[in-house]
Amino acid sequence: MSTPPPSSSPSPTGPNRAERPIDAQVRKLASAYPGTTTYLDLMRKNRRQSFWLVVLMIALGVIVGAIMGASVGLVTVSVWSSSSSADAQHAPPVWHTSTLLVPSMIGAGIALVIASLGAAWSWFDGANAILGMLHATPLDRTLDPELYNVVDEMRIAAGMPMPRIYLIPETALNAFATGRDPEHGVVAITTALRAKLTREELQAVIAHEMAHIRHLDIRFSMLMATMVGLIVFACDAFVRIAWTGLRASGTRGRSSRSGKGEGGAVAIFVILLIIAAILAVVAPLFAKLIQMAYSREREYLADACAVELTRNPQALASALRKLADDEEPLVDLANRGTAHMFIVNPLRKMRAKHQELNSPFASHPPLPSRIARIMALLR
Amino acid sequence: MPDAWIVVLILAAVFVLMLLWFIGMYNTLVRRRVDADNAWSQIDVQLKRRYDLIPNLVETVKGYATHERETLDAVISARQHAVNITSDAAHAAMKAQAEGALSGALSRLLAVAEAYPNLKADANFRQLQEELTSTENKIGFARQHFNDTVGRYEETRQTFPTNIVAAMFNFKERQYFRLEEAAQREAPKVSFS
Repeated sequence: MSTPPPSSSPSPTGPNRAERPIDAQVRKLASAYPGTTTYLDLMRKNRRQSFWLVVLMIALGVIVGAIMGASVGLVTVSVWSSSSSADAQHAPPVWHTSTLLVPSMIGAGIALVIASLGAAWSWFDGANAILGMLHATPLDRTLDPELYNVVDEMRIAAGMPMPRIYLIPETALNAFATGRDPEHGVVAITTALRAKLTREELQAVIAHEMAHIRHLDIRFSMLMATMVGLIVFACDAFVRIAWTGLRASGTRGRSSRSGKGEGGAVAIFVILLIIAAILAVVAPLFAKLIQMAYSREREYLADACAVELTRNPQALASALRKLADDEEPLVDLANRGTAHMFIVNPLRKMRAKHQELNSPFASHPPLPSRIARIMALLR
Repeated sequence: MPDAWIVVLILAAVFVLMLLWFIGMYNTLVRRRVDADNAWSQIDVQLKRRYDLIPNLVETVKGYATHERETLDAVISARQHAVNITSDAAHAAMKAQAEGALSGALSRLLAVAEAYPNLKADANFRQLQEELTSTENKIGFARQHFNDTVGRYEETRQTFPTNIVAAMFNFKERQYFRLEEAAQREAPKVSFS
């Protein structure tokens, strides 16, 4: 087991430290926050924003469901009126409220039910899968009592049960948390990061992971991911249905030439296909944007909460600086589905592009912005 | 007649909702108070851990640092003094002071240990040192957590509308844990180098 470096905490803003581009960036970003900012302010702000993002995501799912339901209603009516012309006068008119409102509400309801089922499923799809993927091994307490003690200290500060601790045998610098609630919490850290941090920095990193567990971030991230997946799936299915319907009604219209009804059906399916195509492009995009915005808010929140636990913003800032220096991604071991669980984005491509930039598609805020928010607490 | 029924039903529904809300507020208050009590007992768990570690530490140091009788005795007597004070609200200030004195004595002992290379090389001592440092931290964090829970309880107790429920059922004010001196807040700085 690697021995930690001396715990005489080096000040990240010490005079001997060379000024790097990131420092100037951090200073500029930190000046945006009022001097009296406390971690409580930051936490309140983040909580408010994540709440609205969840609301937005649910609204998006419901809208997608409603549009699909309305379309199904439209199809039913058009098929009904075209197939049996005798009943045509009894059929409700195409734009009647009952043809649009009722199916759209059914559609929205189905979307909600499926989303809840999906969330329930991902709930019990445990933390063990990702740990296995990363070849993580449970920490032997006697081999690294310091790490065990640091985790114990942080869980006492958070008033939580002791999480399981895992080591990931990797040279990349990263850490992550998983588990659906504090009783099933898991924190994992790469051996390289563990060796590189001082005791106080380790505390800060562990506190950040604890914050994810305490705020049930893992659960909500799973919910978000499930919603995105479902929206993508639903839109895809919708396009296929519309396309199949169009082809079927088109062939029937050409072969039988039995009247205007078939032509009407073709027109309906063309409209449907256009709606489906627009939905298929726009909805998943919005879903992804909301999901990533949510993920970034939770990272900021976990940083603020880590400071609440350690009361030591300096240590977290200095740990994040060390992480910013690291270029190495967790190759193959992390994918887009699990990226949000880590303390810094584990993906190379995302990292190169988004480490320093603020992108709406990044799962993590740029490190300079995160450090700036923490430094704002020090003034 | 149906109109009257509707009015009665609405009133009944409002009453039930109010009752549920009231129960919710009461339960929140109780939950926060239990959290605070629980957090308080967590501090004692850590203090007890420290008492348990000290005899081991003293024995280990004795083996190497034969000339530090005085420092060792100071630790032992400070421990004894702290153990003898019961941990309840009435003795909180006294207990805190005794624990602070124990922290001071321990940090002097660990500082003295720096002068004995053989002692510092002892695996047993290093382990004890880590456990002791961590326990000092845990005491600090447990106190911090206690204050956090008291803060949440007090916020609930004092803000409207829960303050009405709190007054009705006599939810008493909880005191924060405060250290008399700033110096006592500092856990002994233990260097690993």
